[in-house]
Order: sequence, then C-alpha cells, then structure tokens
Amino acid sequence: MTTIFSARKIITMNPSRPQATHVAVRDGRILGAGTLKELAGWGDYTLDETFKDKVIMPGLVEGHSHAMEGTLWKYTYVGFFDRMDPHGKIWTGAKDIDAVIDRLVEADAQIEQDDAPLPAWSLDPIYFNNERVTREDLDRVSTTRPIGIMHASGHILNVNSKALEIAGLLKTGINNPGVPLGKDGLPTGELKGPDVMTPVGIHVGFDRDMLACDEQGLIDFAKLCVRSGVTTATDLAARLPDEAVNMMLEVTAHKTYPARIVPLRFHHGVTPDELIAHAEKLKTQSTDRLRLGMIKVVVDGSIQGFSARLRWPGYYNGAPNGLWYISPEHLQHVINASLEKGLHIHTHTNGDEATELVLDCMEEGLLQHPAPDHRFTLQHCQLADSAQFRRMAKLGMCVNLFANHHFYWGDEHYNLTVGPERATRMNACATALKNGVPMAIHSDAPITPLGPLFTAWCAVNRLTSSGRTQGEYEKIELSEALYAITLGAAYTLKLDGEIGSIETGKRADFAILEDDPEQVDPSKLKDVKVWGTVQDGRIFPAANL
Amino acid sequence: MSTKPKTPLTVIGGYLGSGKTTLVNHLLRNADGKRLAILVNEFGELQIDADLIEAQDDDVISLAGGCVCCSYGNDLIMAMMDMSKMGPCPDHIILEASGVALPAAIAGSVSLLNDFAVDGIVVLADAETIRNRYNDKYMGDTVSRQLSDADMVLLNKTDLVSTEDCQTIHAWLSDVTSQTPIIETSRCAIPAAVLLQDFGRSDIAPATQDAHQTNNFQTTLRVPDGPVDPNDYAIQLLKEIPGLVRAKGFVTSTDGSSKTIQLVGQRIEITPAPADATTGVVTISVCQASSKPDGE
Repeated sequence: MTTIFSARKIITMNPSRPQATHVAVRDGRILGAGTLKELAGWGDYTLDETFKDKVIMPGLVEGHSHAMEGTLWKYTYVGFFDRMDPHGKIWTGAKDIDAVIDRLVEADAQIEQDDAPLPAWSLDPIYFNNERVTREDLDRVSTTRPIGIMHASGHILNVNSKALEIAGLLKTGINNPGVPLGKDGLPTGELKGPDVMTPVGIHVGFDRDMLACDEQGLIDFAKLCVRSGVTTATDLAARLPDEAVNMMLEVTAHKTYPARIVPLRFHHGVTPDELIAHAEKLKTQSTDRLRLGMIKVVVDGSIQGFSARLRWPGYYNGAPNGLWYISPEHLQHVINASLEKGLHIHTHTNGDEATELVLDCMEEGLLQHPAPDHRFTLQHCQLADSAQFRRMAKLGMCVNLFANHHFYWGDEHYNLTVGPERATRMNACATALKNGVPMAIHSDAPITPLGPLFTAWCAVNRLTSSGRTQGEYEKIELSEALYAITLGAAYTLKLDGEIGSIETGKRADFAILEDDPEQVDPSKLKDVKVWGTVQDGRIFPAANL
Repeated sequence: MSTKPKTPLTVIGGYLGSGKTTLVNHLLRNADGKRLAILVNEFGELQIDADLIEAQDDDVISLAGGCVCCSYGNDLIMAMMDMSKMGPCPDHIILEASGVALPAAIAGSVSLLNDFAVDGIVVLADAETIRNRYNDKYMGDTVSRQLSDADMVLLNKTDLVSTEDCQTIHAWLSDVTSQTPIIETSRCAIPAAVLLQDFGRSDIAPATQDAHQTNNFQTTLRVPDGPVDPNDYAIQLLKEIPGLVRAKGFVTSTDGSSKTIQLVGQRIEITPAPADATTGVVTISVCQASSKPDGE
C-alpha cells in the first residue's frame, strides 16, 4: 500500500535533491521524494492531500532531552516564560513573585486535602532581579500543606515553612552552605543541591527519582514531541532498571505512540563493569521505537550551579572550581571498554576542564582500541575553545551544544559565572562547524522547553533573554541550524542512515509545518507553527492529541 | 520531630585505591559486638571479605554479627532516609564516600537528617601515591579538599614505602593538613575504637585512670574535679594530650547540667547527656614517639 503525500514544499535535507513537492510512503518508509509523476512509477497509490498547504521537513531529532519533561507537567508550572503543556495549553509566564503566588493559590484551591503537598516547577529568580523567594512568600499560599517549587535549573528547591517543619528543618543551628538562613536563624526555605533538596523534596510531592519518567509521563512526553515536530527524542539519563525498561517497551510499542525514544544508561550508582554489562544487555532489548544500549557518563556539574569543572582562570566571580562526578580512572575504563565492545557513549561536560579530561581519555582509549566510527559525543560542552574543537575533530568525536542555554542564562554567564569573553564563546556552533566537528544542538528539556525550531533560532540569532546578541561570530546559518536539528542530531545517535532526511529507504518521519522555515526571517524561526508529525508513516495532528 | 538518640556516622573519604574498602573490612572484623551499617556507593566497588557475608539481596548484604551493608547508588540521602526506617537501628554507620566525593559536603547533607549525627570524617591517603594525586592536573584540588575536610587522616600503605619516605610524606602531609591528626597505618590496621569508640560500651572501658597503651595508641580516662565548661574542657584536652584523636564522655557543666563531650580530631560536639551518665572522658591518642609500626 503506497501513499503519496503532496505538500506546498518538502525540505528533504537530501543534498542530491533538496526540495520536492511529493513524498511516497510504503510500510512506514519512504519510497522516494520528487514530483507526483516520478513517484507514480512505484505503482498503485493513494494521493493524500492533507498537507497540500503545509511544509514538510524531516521529523526533527532532539539529541538531548529527558522524558521527565512529560512527568513534570503533573506539577504546577510557575516559570517566567510562556510554555505549552502536553495538552497544548499555553501556560502564561509568571512575571513576578506575586504572579507565582497567584498561580499557586489557584492550584491550592483545587486540592481537597488540607495537608496534601503542592509541588511546582520552573521558578527562576534571576528574572526577578535575583530577589530570592522565601518560605514566608510561600506561606501566603498555605501554612497547612507542604509546598515546594523546583527551580528551572533543577538545582534549587524553594519550600514553605510547613515543608521545613515536616522535614524537621524549621530550626536554628543548621550549618550547611546549601541551606541559607534568615535573620531569625531559621532556613529561608531555599534549598540548594540535590542532597539538601531530597530530605524536604519527598514531603512536597517530588518523587524519589527525579530523572525517572513514569508511564503517563512517557505518553505526555511524546505529545510534546508531536507539538514540536519531533519524531525521535533521547531520554538522556536513566538508570533503566528492568521494570522501567519493560514499561517503556510496552508504552512505545503501542500503535498510537508517536515517537522514537532513545534512552541512555546513566553511569551513576553502578561500577564501570556493571555499567558496560548493563548497556550490552539493554542493546539486545532494543526495538524500533525504543533504541537501547547507549551510555551516558556525567563528568561534571553545571555552570550556573558553579559545579562545572573549569580550567584556569575558573569562575568569573571567584567561586571555587566545581565537582567531578567520575574519576579519570573510571572514565578511562568505561571509554576503553566501550570502544572495545562497540558501545556508544555520550558524555556530559559543561566546563572546559571536564571536556579536556574526556578528550585526554579518548585519545588514550583510541590508541588502545582504534575505532573508525565511534561517534562518541560531547553533550553540552558549553565552554569548549577552538583548540578543543580541533581535538574533537581529530578524535572523531561529535558535539551536541546547548544552544538554548544562551537565551535563558546567557546574561547570567556574561555577568557572573564565566565573564564576557568566555560567555561570548559559549556553545560555539560556528567554531564546531568550521573545524569539521559533527554537531547537534539541544534543549535539555525539561531544563528548557522541547522545541528544535526554537533551538535552531537560538543558534542562528544568539540572543539572550535581555535581547542582547552574545557571540556574533558564533552565529550559524539557518541551513546549518536546520541540519543540526535533523541529520546533525541523527548522526550523533548513529541513526542518520534511518532518519533525519527525506529520501528513499528512510523512515517516513516528518515534521509538518504551517510555515516555511527556509523562507521566514531568521529572527522569526521560533514562531514557525507546527501542525503535527508523521512518524513511521502514521499521521499525528497536534490538534487531535 | 524524632526524639530517639541519633545514630553516629563516620564518613570515610579518600581517593581511589587509598584503602577505604580495606578499612571497612577491618572495622567489620573488629566491630566487637557493635552492629555496624556500611553504606557504599555501589556494591561492586566494595569487595567485602566473603567469609563475612551471610546473605545478600539487591540492596542489602547481611553480614556476620548483625552488621549490614547497603548500597546508596545515585541517591545517598534517600538511602539514609530508608535506613532510618529500617529496624533495628545500627550502633554506628560507616559511610564510604566515592573516590571523587568531598566528604564534608556529604557530612553536611547527612547532618540535615534528624536520625543521624556525624561522628567524624576520616580521610585515607595512600603513602605511595598521595603526593602525585595532590599534584594531579585534574584531581589535585579534589584530593586537597578531601584532606582538608578530614577530622583525622590515615596515612595508609606505609608498609609499601621506606621508613625514610614515610617520614617525609608524613611531614609533607602535616604541612598540608595543619592541625589534623595523622595516623600511620598499613593495611588500615588501626584499633577499631579510634573510629568507633562509644563511652559506656565495653570496647574501651578502663577500670582505672591508668593509661593503657596498645599498638601505638594510648587510652586514658579523665575525670574533671568539678563542673567545667564542656567546650573549654574539650579544647583543654586537645592542648594537654599530644596526638589526641578521639575523646568521648560526660561532664557536669557549670550550669549544673550533664553534657556529652565528643571529640574527633578537631571536631568537638557538645550535646545533652543521657540521664544515667557517669562523669568521665575516655581519650585515645597516638603515641608521639612512634613513627612506623613494626612488622608488616
């Protein structure tokens, strides 16, 4: 059974034939793209004109996201920016603390039990001139139920007095840098860092394993994929115990599940050898819509949390250097074993010292286990300089840069964390491409919203949220950005032979757009409307989710 | 809020290969009736001597003498909270930090939990490699921060270096860690009491005020003449007893109340004493004349 879709325009990303008017699909795969006349040669077909006024692109690929974006929407959204939930509702950004409180009061009114927790997420006080939220602010919402708001960064939690009281922390004498105290000697309600957040977090309704995604969350995550034109998305750090894998296999196998999910096994909590063994086992469980067997190694922390590892001269504000989350010995061991066994690693490095360590370990590992096409990928890699990009190219590494970060925290990096020069080179997309490093760009959803067209806009315009252009010379062309969110990301996952372009033999994965991203003003790229997706030949209109 | 007594917890830190696992096994073998709970990042890292293991499932290994070993994986605090719900309470918890962790940060987090009291931070240094680690391009500052977090440093594997080198390293380490007591060990052989001593139990209960000297450590019982300021008294002990590494006991405070004094290295904790407390403080100190233990 062949279906030929007509379109206003098809952007194929196939260099031999960049544009077409029709695409023929059989058994979920692409027979070819071209004119109707050319495609008619494949035999009997049904002409589907649903997209005749739309623009078709290859299904977008998000190379660094977390499926927990779907889960977080069961909590109350109090972020600064407008954001769409899985059901398509746009939540208006809360522009000041009062707006945050109003939103919580509404949510509070909908919970019947007086003592049930009220969890919320995506607070970011840097947009409130860094005015800190306090427990007294949240006590205005309720003094009987525990309330907690996770910050957008995921590194800080704000709670009310009741939550502190339940956790036994509404007391004086606490001496912990993660627990700031007020003039009264009691905690202000701000809790910094996961170890400090956990003892209170469980009382405000945040689940045990914040990175874990439950069944409904995985379903909702796929809805967000459809709304943003994504047909393949990574779940970049998961522990993947058997029960989670079974759940994911079941959910993604459902005939209406609209996305291909690529979960990576997170290195924490197991030894290097256990990690390798688990990845090898996962690889055998892989299906078309759940691609298992890749490894994620977290090397350092985050720049805005001052836990990233920076080379000299370190943080602009003089903060001490950040934290290692793996030893060089273990990293080397995991890299060597993965090269030897053909496993595929993505590393999280934010600071340039962490990136340097990965490059050193790769150089050593490749001497011992030469691998011509390993495609190990540096994720975030926000502070890499040109010399490091040159080494990546020589070592055959890919990079997936955090283009969205620039918009949300670029001003913070400029003023506080790394200072003007290095803030200007952060996420140096142009330098990566100039040096021939295969490149993707990402959202790290839920840290920033899932939406590759927005991510592409960030890389093309490099505007910060205050409206400043930061890094004029690191801007990339629109065509390069569109490549990065399709074939570029697919390449880092070794899926570029299957997805990322519209050409014969590939999966029938399409992003269906209302506007033509090649024709809009680059400053409007983020406003290109998404109608929905086609995944494996199945049509998913966003309006029907 | 919980009113049950807090379980003492010792954080063991130190870079990879410094002997943390050896120390854990040594403590398990010398627990002397104490029920220890060992918390490790991941089981695979901790090679518990097979003869100590009685039963094992995914999260908990049951060990001889009522001890247990739990892995905390990627969420230490959650594992601690689970442990506080588990019965019966262990007598002492040993938390083995990962090789790149900063032990004071872990201790700071644990201190937020109401069921546990940080007893001390012990950091191991491998006599053979510590100086190279300290100067390592990537790990140097982490190793330095680990050492400065310590209440007590075990300079371990002294049997693998010459006496002369050992002295040099000891002197260098003293410079780096300033006031922190440094104890030389080989294969982590150290009297368990130095880490686990708990006044009122039988592990060290000198009947008299005579000093006991074993294995380069000296134990004394001090009884103040009358009421004292507990904090001043603890500082006084540090001044008077060279090589003091640990002290625990009860004194009558100047306000008439009975207080528990607990001292590990430079860390001093003063808390209300239990009702039946008898005045007296047990001290453990390293004999100053010694350098390297004889034998292995």
